[in-house]
Amino acid sequence: MGLVDPPGRIVSGSIKLGGKELVGLDDQGMRAIRGKEISMIFQDPMMTLNPVLRIDTQMIEAIDAHEKTSKKAALARAQQALEKVGIPAAADRLKAYPHQFSGGMRQRVAIAIALLNNPSLIIADEPTTALDVTIQSQILAKMQELCADSGTALIWITHDLTVVAGLAHRVAVMYAGRLVETGFVDDVLDHPLHPYTRGLLRSLPSEGIPGQPLEQIPGMTPSLGRLPPGCAFAPRCRNATEICHRSSPEGTVFPNQRLARCHHPFDSVAQPVGLTER
Amino acid sequence: MQGISKRFTTPVDLAGRLANLLGANHQPQTVHAVSDVNLAVIPGEVVGLVGESGCGKSTLGRMVAGIYEPTEGKISYQGKDMRLMTQTEARQASLSVQMIFQDPMSSLNPRMRVIDIVSEAPVYHGIIESAERGDYVATILKKVGLDPVFMQRYPHQFSGGQRARIGIARALAVNPKFLVCDESVAALDVSIQAQVLNLFMLLRQELNLTYLFISHDLGVVRHLSDRVVIMYLGCVVETAPAAELFDAPNHPYSQALLENVPTLKLRHKRFSSIKGEIPSPMNPPTGCHFHPRCPKAGPRCSVEQPVLRPISTGRQSACHLNDGGVG
Ligand SMILES: Nc1ncnc2c1ncn2[C@@H]1O[C@H](COP(=O)(O)OP(=O)(O)O)[C@@H](O)[C@H]1O
Ligand code: SF4
Ligand code: SF4
Ligand SMILES: [Mg+2]
Repeated sequence: MGLVDPPGRIVSGSIKLGGKELVGLDDQGMRAIRGKEISMIFQDPMMTLNPVLRIDTQMIEAIDAHEKTSKKAALARAQQALEKVGIPAAADRLKAYPHQFSGGMRQRVAIAIALLNNPSLIIADEPTTALDVTIQSQILAKMQELCADSGTALIWITHDLTVVAGLAHRVAVMYAGRLVETGFVDDVLDHPLHPYTRGLLRSLPSEGIPGQPLEQIPGMTPSLGRLPPGCAFAPRCRNATEICHRSSPEGTVFPNQRLARCHHPFDSVAQPVGLTER
Repeated sequence: MQGISKRFTTPVDLAGRLANLLGANHQPQTVHAVSDVNLAVIPGEVVGLVGESGCGKSTLGRMVAGIYEPTEGKISYQGKDMRLMTQTEARQASLSVQMIFQDPMSSLNPRMRVIDIVSEAPVYHGIIESAERGDYVATILKKVGLDPVFMQRYPHQFSGGQRARIGIARALAVNPKFLVCDESVAALDVSIQAQVLNLFMLLRQELNLTYLFISHDLGVVRHLSDRVVIMYLGCVVETAPAAELFDAPNHPYSQALLENVPTLKLRHKRFSSIKGEIPSPMNPPTGCHFHPRCPKAGPRCSVEQPVLRPISTGRQSACHLNDGGVG
């Protein structure tokens, strides 16, 4: 999204959207993409919404930023978008302010705004974490339906593996700033390669036997400023050997487009097929 | 607990009072946080209390822990009505029931060292002498898996999981028999949450504890509880042994809740859900509070409130479908 606050910056690497390089793009170039090609939904919908502006004003602004339409056409599109995300009496609700909506409804408005310009990618950062189960389910159902209809790709950032299981085609697991494992959901959840992935899966209470101790990952997440020299997971890893403490593992490619960053991946069936460049 | 209710009355705010001067009619608002709840917890039992936000879980928990007085109804401890107890008995009872909160950071005084946080109550209540604090706190910290060398530190010097342990240590310091845990693992990462859940189970065995475990996370509740109580808008709608409830929920709200819990096994599922929002407890729907969202509702549901009635041994549910139907 190009939203890293200074002094933070992208020091290396590349981000491509539909073949187009985004790293190094100037402010104007990034503005043209943000909210149009890529949009973002946050855990707190108030990151998207302006508390002192009516919903219609905000939605028309979001359309105006990327194309010239009449106010009437923009308003019609805004109303349609609210209807699509399941907000009852959309025409009236357009005139409301954000605080007049419940938490779940506010998140729906944020989703409607994210969808306004038919983006090719939506990045959703824990958007249902603060919501109750039945409301979370409503939002997940809507996202599924809308993305399938419009062909929009979705990156769903979450700590909840059970949501990933229900929603995603592919999953990427991060630990201490690095992707440690990626692959199709069925592969990764059924046969994790990385000890961290396996530890996470086994520590879920819903997967344990009621009343029996859960498998736990010892220790705690390291602070990113003080990472150990070798594999960042080594201090907590049961499978760690001497090499793990010394050298950081490379990303290794496995069959079926899987990748894991570990010296001793599980699942000997999945023989590595090569190393990635980094 | 018998016939326990709790109502909060919010006084009219300043804007409302000004508007009233100009002829408006803003009345104080009453929230029916908990309505006529009966609940008995047997010593040694773990009761899970589940429901969506605002349904009254925390309010009920706080009444059990003696932090709130019920507006109506009575709470008995070991068979004795708390209001009829002598001072000594009441103090004993209130020490025996301790509460553990969700956010250890806001419930731990940031300016106190761990040793003072943990020893404050037992010293005050004369359980230990001030001179024995060090040894006493060390023993308790070990029990909750913390290294006693940390006792001179302040809460902010600990991680979230460690702070949760400090909160548990503080509660254990007065030798409670009954812990009310309100969303005590909700703020923790999955891997840390597993550590703390394991600690709760271990302590239960070692110290013979009884728990009322409040959580919106059904996975957590299923894992820990012997019996589950499900609340909706201030009322208990179903109570059942955990295994039976998760196998075959009776109440339509329990069914909806369980259906909506994502699990690892269900891949690429089509999420769907009961319709509608959770109504405001200031103004709950008539009849069955769940009727506007219930897929099985009938004419009777909007006029008559169902009561909790036994449906099999150890199970109760409050739905007209168990009692002559909804027509
Ligand atoms: N101190 C209070 N004053 C006024 N209303 C309150 C107070 N505490 C809770 N409530 C209200 O009572 C209802 C139940 O709240 P709570 O017990 O915290 O529910 P839960 O823990 O299930 O989310 C909510 O509508 C809440 O806003
Ligand atoms: S590289 Fe070594 S320490 Fe790191 S996850 Fe793999 S086995 Fe564990
Ligand atoms: S009483 Fe009626 S509305 Fe309430 S849960 Fe039963 S069927 Fe649904
Ligand atoms: Mg609560």
